[in-house]
Amino acid sequence: MIMVTTAVARVLAGDELRARRAAAVTERNLVAFRTGGTYWWLVVSGFAEPLLYLLAIGWGVGALVGDMELPDGRVVPYLTFLAPALLAAAAMNGAIAESTMNFFAKMKFAKLYDSVLNTPVTPVEIAFGELGWAMLRGAMYTGAFLVVMVVLDVTSPVRALAAFPAALLVGFAFGALGMAFATLMRSWQDFDYVGIVQFAVFLFSGTFVPVASYPVAMQVLVQVSPLYHGVELIRSITTGTVGWGHLWHLAYLLAAVVLGLAVAARRMARLLLG
Amino acid sequence: MDGGEALIRARGLVKRFGEFTAVDGIDVEVRKGEAFGFLGPNGAGKSSTMRMIGCVSAPTGGELAILGMDPLRQGPAIRARLGVCPQEDNLDIELTARENLTTYARYFGIPRATARRRADQLLEFVQLADRAGSKVDQLSGGMRRRLTIARSLVNEPDIVLLDEPTTGLDPQARHLVWERLFRLKRQGTTLVLTTHYMDEAEQLCDRLVVMDGGRIAAEGSPRELIEQHATREVVELRFGVTALEPFADKLAGIGERLELLPDRILLYADDGDAAAAEVYARNLSPSGVLVRRASLEDVFLHLTGRTLVETG
Ligand SMILES: Nc1ncnc2c1ncn2[C@@H]1O[C@H](COP(=O)(O)OP(=O)(O)OP(=O)(O)O)[C@@H](O)[C@H]1O
Ligand SMILES: [Mg+2]
Repeated sequence: MIMVTTAVARVLAGDELRARRAAAVTERNLVAFRTGGTYWWLVVSGFAEPLLYLLAIGWGVGALVGDMELPDGRVVPYLTFLAPALLAAAAMNGAIAESTMNFFAKMKFAKLYDSVLNTPVTPVEIAFGELGWAMLRGAMYTGAFLVVMVVLDVTSPVRALAAFPAALLVGFAFGALGMAFATLMRSWQDFDYVGIVQFAVFLFSGTFVPVASYPVAMQVLVQVSPLYHGVELIRSITTGTVGWGHLWHLAYLLAAVVLGLAVAARRMARLLLG
Repeated sequence: MDGGEALIRARGLVKRFGEFTAVDGIDVEVRKGEAFGFLGPNGAGKSSTMRMIGCVSAPTGGELAILGMDPLRQGPAIRARLGVCPQEDNLDIELTARENLTTYARYFGIPRATARRRADQLLEFVQLADRAGSKVDQLSGGMRRRLTIARSLVNEPDIVLLDEPTTGLDPQARHLVWERLFRLKRQGTTLVLTTHYMDEAEQLCDRLVVMDGGRIAAEGSPRELIEQHATREVVELRFGVTALEPFADKLAGIGERLELLPDRILLYADDGDAAAAEVYARNLSPSGVLVRRASLEDVFLHLTGRTLVETG
């Protein structure tokens, strides 16, 4: 019994150590961010971007589309339908930008991780730490977006609060997948593919119209898109239509996180620990 | 604490990259408190060896123990006690000099206040205190090198691995680095370094191995190596022409041994002046004659048949 407890304690102590080392990687980004001095610009753009999106697409297009019917039969303005999807997309875009471009540059050009790996920090911890940073940035954008949504009366404050972690999870999933992808890339050209895929995913994940209105083949295919699961999850929260079925979306996103991190850490070890 | 304790022990250590063997079965033992050197030309396998010792590159074969631990299973625990100055500076270009040290300290789990204190001490130590707030790209190459060395000390390591610590430094900065490394050694830190510079090896190393083509060609203290593989003195002869073979024939028998280089002939003799006199006595009139003490350069030449630093 005592042996089991000490073994557990040792594992937990090890995990705590690992968490601290991952946190040091996140912290490094905070320091660089502060030194870079672009802090205010980021906060301002964090608010401006979603606002512009919501106004331009939501109100402009919404006036043409009219009202939408939710799965539970309620009829809501188009903006109420669209806003949570744009939030999910914003979380995706932010996470992908950080985890592909920035991560790739740090790994291949700045050789940042070569020096980090000379310390006790391991590849998995770097992956976690970088994701942690992407999440911090994502949290800022997501928070701003939700505030705007509440102000525009698209959702209630309580629902916005509940949607916050869901949006972070979407960012986490795309951050992990993006990072895994970055470790597979050979040059900047490969990023063009990321852009194309990202845009297709943005358009066809039940973002602008309910998935039920897609052709049947598309309805099946869309299940692959992590954004689809993010959109469904966040939309159900901000519109108050959450059901047990949404656990599936949650599970899918969590699986994407695990898969992305596992691939990223393995590939990093191969690339950097030759 | 008996001074004989091996902090690094390698037996038949091998590193292969695909088909290519970079490190070909070397035996190395580094004892506590000593300064140990890997001396060798480009591609000898010095950095490959250093990376294995630094636990960032898995050995392909052989045994390796660092601080009594296994690099494969206890990498983080070992690295926590190593300081590494890699061959190529990989400082964090987005940060200032001081932040480079403080953030690096955080990777070791060092508390922030301690990190700041050490950063300031180390900047002082490598004479960069006045550049603490400069971003890395505003520093000169030599300053960056010194900052990288400072960074390797931030966790107060038991062993410092320095891969060509002074390459690219001006003479003044080199002497500063040597002096600082000397101080570390006096404080009991074990130093492991690679170099192509003979004078560096002679200055810093208690013991060294000469590496060539992934193998160890010789091992010992600088003095021992010179005694074993060279004579006391060397006469360098230049004749102002490129075809030196005819001269070599005529020089046969003078001194113990003779080495033909592209631009000069080296005569190994315990009494250099006597050998030089003999050259003149044979009616050979060299355009340049230099009598000097033998160095590790000569050891290297003898062992590998090649010069260590390319002579033009
Ligand atoms: N990652 C790698 N992949 C393939 N070959 C490698 C790799 N790293 C080193 N090598 C090869 O291994 C050999 C030894 O390289 P290493 O860097 O250890 O030499 P070195 O003694 O440090 O040389 P230098 O004085 O130029 O730094 C070289 O021929 C090099 O091309
Ligand atoms: Mg090297």
